[in-house]
Amino acid sequence: MHKDTIGRTLGVAVAVCVACSIVVSSAAVFLKPLQEANQLRDMKRNILAAAGFSDEQLNVSTEEFDKLYDEMIDTEVVELATGEFLTGVEPEDIDDRKEAKNRELSMAIPDEQDLAKIKRRANRRKIHLYREDGKIKRIILPVYGKGLWSTMYGYLALAGDGRTIKSLAFYEHGETPGLGGEIDNPRWKAVWIGKTAYDEKGKPRIEVIKGTVAADSPRAQYQVDGISGATITGRGVEKLVRFWLDEQGYGPALDKLRAKEAAQ
Amino acid sequence: MNAKKVLLNPIIGENPITIQMLGICSALAITTKLETAITMCFAVTFVLILSNLAISLIRNVTPSSIRMIVEMTIIAALVIFVDQTLKAFAYGISKQLSVFVGLIITNCIIMGRAEAFAMKNGPWLSILDGIGNGLGYSFILLTVAFIRELFGSGKLLGYEILPLATDGGWYPANGLLVLAPGAFFIIGFIIWATRTLKPELVEEEN
Repeated sequence: MHKDTIGRTLGVAVAVCVACSIVVSSAAVFLKPLQEANQLRDMKRNILAAAGFSDEQLNVSTEEFDKLYDEMIDTEVVELATGEFLTGVEPEDIDDRKEAKNRELSMAIPDEQDLAKIKRRANRRKIHLYREDGKIKRIILPVYGKGLWSTMYGYLALAGDGRTIKSLAFYEHGETPGLGGEIDNPRWKAVWIGKTAYDEKGKPRIEVIKGTVAADSPRAQYQVDGISGATITGRGVEKLVRFWLDEQGYGPALDKLRAKEAAQ
Repeated sequence: MNAKKVLLNPIIGENPITIQMLGICSALAITTKLETAITMCFAVTFVLILSNLAISLIRNVTPSSIRMIVEMTIIAALVIFVDQTLKAFAYGISKQLSVFVGLIITNCIIMGRAEAFAMKNGPWLSILDGIGNGLGYSFILLTVAFIRELFGSGKLLGYEILPLATDGGWYPANGLLVLAPGAFFIIGFIIWATRTLKPELVEEEN
């Protein structure tokens, strides 16, 4: 039989497709639990890093790592609009990204307030608290927003006072390596440490400026050096930080936290 | 055809990157660090061997009208398998390689070897051709990554070799090497060197 007949062609096509789909689907199904465990561990690692743990402290066996995370980090779910801490919701059941897309569980952000350019936001979100001797030492807020090309996802960590920035690190973005991608540069991340996020009236004030911050400027505590060649990415970072600290973001929840800590 | 030749020729004389000019894209993208380059070498070599084998095994029954799409399907399935495996067992590296594992599908070396070799030769020789071209690809990738990581960021496999001036050492890092054009220059120099050493590779001028 000639090998180019229609029957032969269809037969080979079907056989190849079936064989390949078995390979692909079995790889996907059997490896899924491992992949999910990796993703979860990666997320926990980012949170612990935002809480101030060093790489050496985090490069430990899986059991020790999980134990460290469970002991150190408390995860709460907050209703963003009211700042209320929700009880009776398991943080593990909440998928932030899915809820932000779900029409029933999210709301449209008015254009003029949509600094982070994300259009919708979930009604409730997780925040992570790191306590030491019962006092909150770090408040770790998952934040995201648009840069030049991509949506940047990261964690913003505030000190227990809810005003001082302790760290800002992105774990997922698609900015240009070498330019916008420098938001991952440890030296740039270090610039954020100790800056004040809010002004005296409680409005988010932090800004990414062009060039280097003059140390003697009265506004130095609110300003962060820009990255050269990454103006738009830098502006995106500034806007998303402001957005998530304002009333559409974690503003109300942070107010509640501050009041609670002050009452103690 | 001589098995030894099939295995060894692609390493220098018929190197897929510097002579056949295939797979340049990934050679630019993932060679800023040695670690990602090593992983990429294993991934590409693995896909290359298995795709050559599979395509060679069914070469006599594959109708020529759907030949290329069959090759593509097999390659794509193998690449997804590699991608999933990396995500399960080497999550950190797979995050760094990001989209480039998926892009092995479009790496011309694999399709090129399937078309040029595996469709015409038996399974055994095709495996050898896969190994040979994988080694050739790896050889260039590792050389480029070695130079880029050492002189671009003063490190090898993440360990500090040349203390950087910015961290209080004496070595001012060469920023060009970290960017993609740096890899272009290095590959260009390697091509120049191979052509100078083997003048028979130089095409006659028209």
